[in-house]
Amino acid sequence: MSRSTDEVHLPGLRQPAAANDGLDTPFWEGTRAHELRVQRCKECELHQWGPEWMCHACNSMELEWVAVEPVGNIYSWQRPHHPVHRALSERGPYIIVLVELPHADNIRMVGNLLGDPLQEVEIGTPVSVVFEDRDGDPDFTLVQWEVT
Amino acid sequence: MNDEYNLRGKVAIVGVGETTYYKHGQSPDPEFVLVLKAILAACEDAGISPKEIDGFCSYSNDRNDPPRLANALGIPELRYSNMQWTSGGGGAAAAVQNAAGAVVAGSANVVVAYRGLAQGQFGRFGRSGGSRPVSGPAAYTLPYGMMSAAQMYAMRTTRFMHEHGVGRGAMRAIAMACYHHAQNNPRAVMQGKTLDAETYDSSRWITEPYRLFDCCLENDGAAAMIVTRTDRAKDLAKAPALVLAAQQSGGHRSGATAENATDYVTSSFKPAVKHLYEQAGIGPTDIDVVQSYENFTGGVVMSLIEHGLCTYENADEVLTFDNLRADGGNLPLNTSGGNLAECYMHGLGLQIEAVRQVRGESCNQVDDVKVALANAGPMVAVASTALYGTEEVVG
Repeated sequence: MSRSTDEVHLPGLRQPAAANDGLDTPFWEGTRAHELRVQRCKECELHQWGPEWMCHACNSMELEWVAVEPVGNIYSWQRPHHPVHRALSERGPYIIVLVELPHADNIRMVGNLLGDPLQEVEIGTPVSVVFEDRDGDPDFTLVQWEVT
Repeated sequence: MNDEYNLRGKVAIVGVGETTYYKHGQSPDPEFVLVLKAILAACEDAGISPKEIDGFCSYSNDRNDPPRLANALGIPELRYSNMQWTSGGGGAAAAVQNAAGAVVAGSANVVVAYRGLAQGQFGRFGRSGGSRPVSGPAAYTLPYGMMSAAQMYAMRTTRFMHEHGVGRGAMRAIAMACYHHAQNNPRAVMQGKTLDAETYDSSRWITEPYRLFDCCLENDGAAAMIVTRTDRAKDLAKAPALVLAAQQSGGHRSGATAENATDYVTSSFKPAVKHLYEQAGIGPTDIDVVQSYENFTGGVVMSLIEHGLCTYENADEVLTFDNLRADGGNLPLNTSGGNLAECYMHGLGLQIEAVRQVRGESCNQVDDVKVALANAGPMVAVASTALYGTEEVVG
């Protein structure tokens, strides 16, 4: 349901790092292992994203990280044209998608839609994760999406 | 109103002021100096001595802190200071609300609500730089090229247009109305630059669905408003604009990271509007003129709907250029030019314009204004919104 790519989609942007409070370390470790891990409450079993120290539904602080199926549907999208960072200055448009994961309590994740940057994008389209491995300090893996 | 736990008419805006508004990076003054100049201008407008100020309220982590301002102004007593936190300029009406609350509570007598921005001194909103790793919530968006304000608030508009089938015509009309009104405003950065439909339609994409003219400006300057007791206002220079109500507006998980707000297709005003109208004792049909914060035009469409000024069904018919004009429209909007064409002073300029309309002093004065709405924020974690009116409204 997912694949990996060595193709770097938007080079030169700042790389992600796990927060220094340890909150999202399992997420970034998960992407390195090509798993999409999100928080789930041990008490009420609700998935939540982004990560928090507490379940927003039942206020339990017993949260675990679980691998969820790396698929979803496009909930919304945008196509940036104007380069706001010097790494984007000669690049042209690209697509950002907001993907809803119905099998994980409709949490949403942000990523790029790979493929033709000028493709038509339709809300509701099923998409799958592409794990994008990057060299960095340390190496890291982004969660990208492509039409299923 | 039987419930006296409200602001209705107890507090007034008695002075407003701003510096010259500059294009970003072009202020000859440091930001702190801009704020001092705006406060002096607002005091002069009110006919009140700066030494009478005993409280300060701001928002968006304004860098010009009250102890430093109090020292510079030489005020004898600093009795109250307050910061409202949200993203963007969503706290512009909240700063007035907090100032009003302080006055009603007896915490201070003369409170200034203020905001200063010098992007040349401190960096631009519309640019992102750096190469260091990014952590926390920004790590879920920035590596994917989502980092500017337009990018943060584009996908809500995409989804709004998808769910409700409205938007583009209204967004264009809002931009045109702002530019139209700026032409009569000598403070406006865009005075002398007109916008017609063809220019809007052919303008470049910033990020689809936002074109260039859907996006606010970036500016340097400062603005300030003097808030005091209504009974004190009677002795001052100008007719007071009474604060009828002011509310902050955050919904269920509206600040959730990575675009996970429970209600995504919203300007963020739904929680506040019921309280706003109840406390003011009026409804949307009583509003004579509207100042609605434009970070991006799509958010304004949602704001006007959520304030009850039009509906999802009739937004395209109501939000037309002709209808939004001060000169003859039924829903005059952003009569100073707003954040799109007067100045992006994080929305405090829109609050000031509402006061000027109530006083009858706007450069695009609407006839016989009794009630003016001014909101701030749309689509941010916590928005804010306020109603101003004449003494006649409170009775």
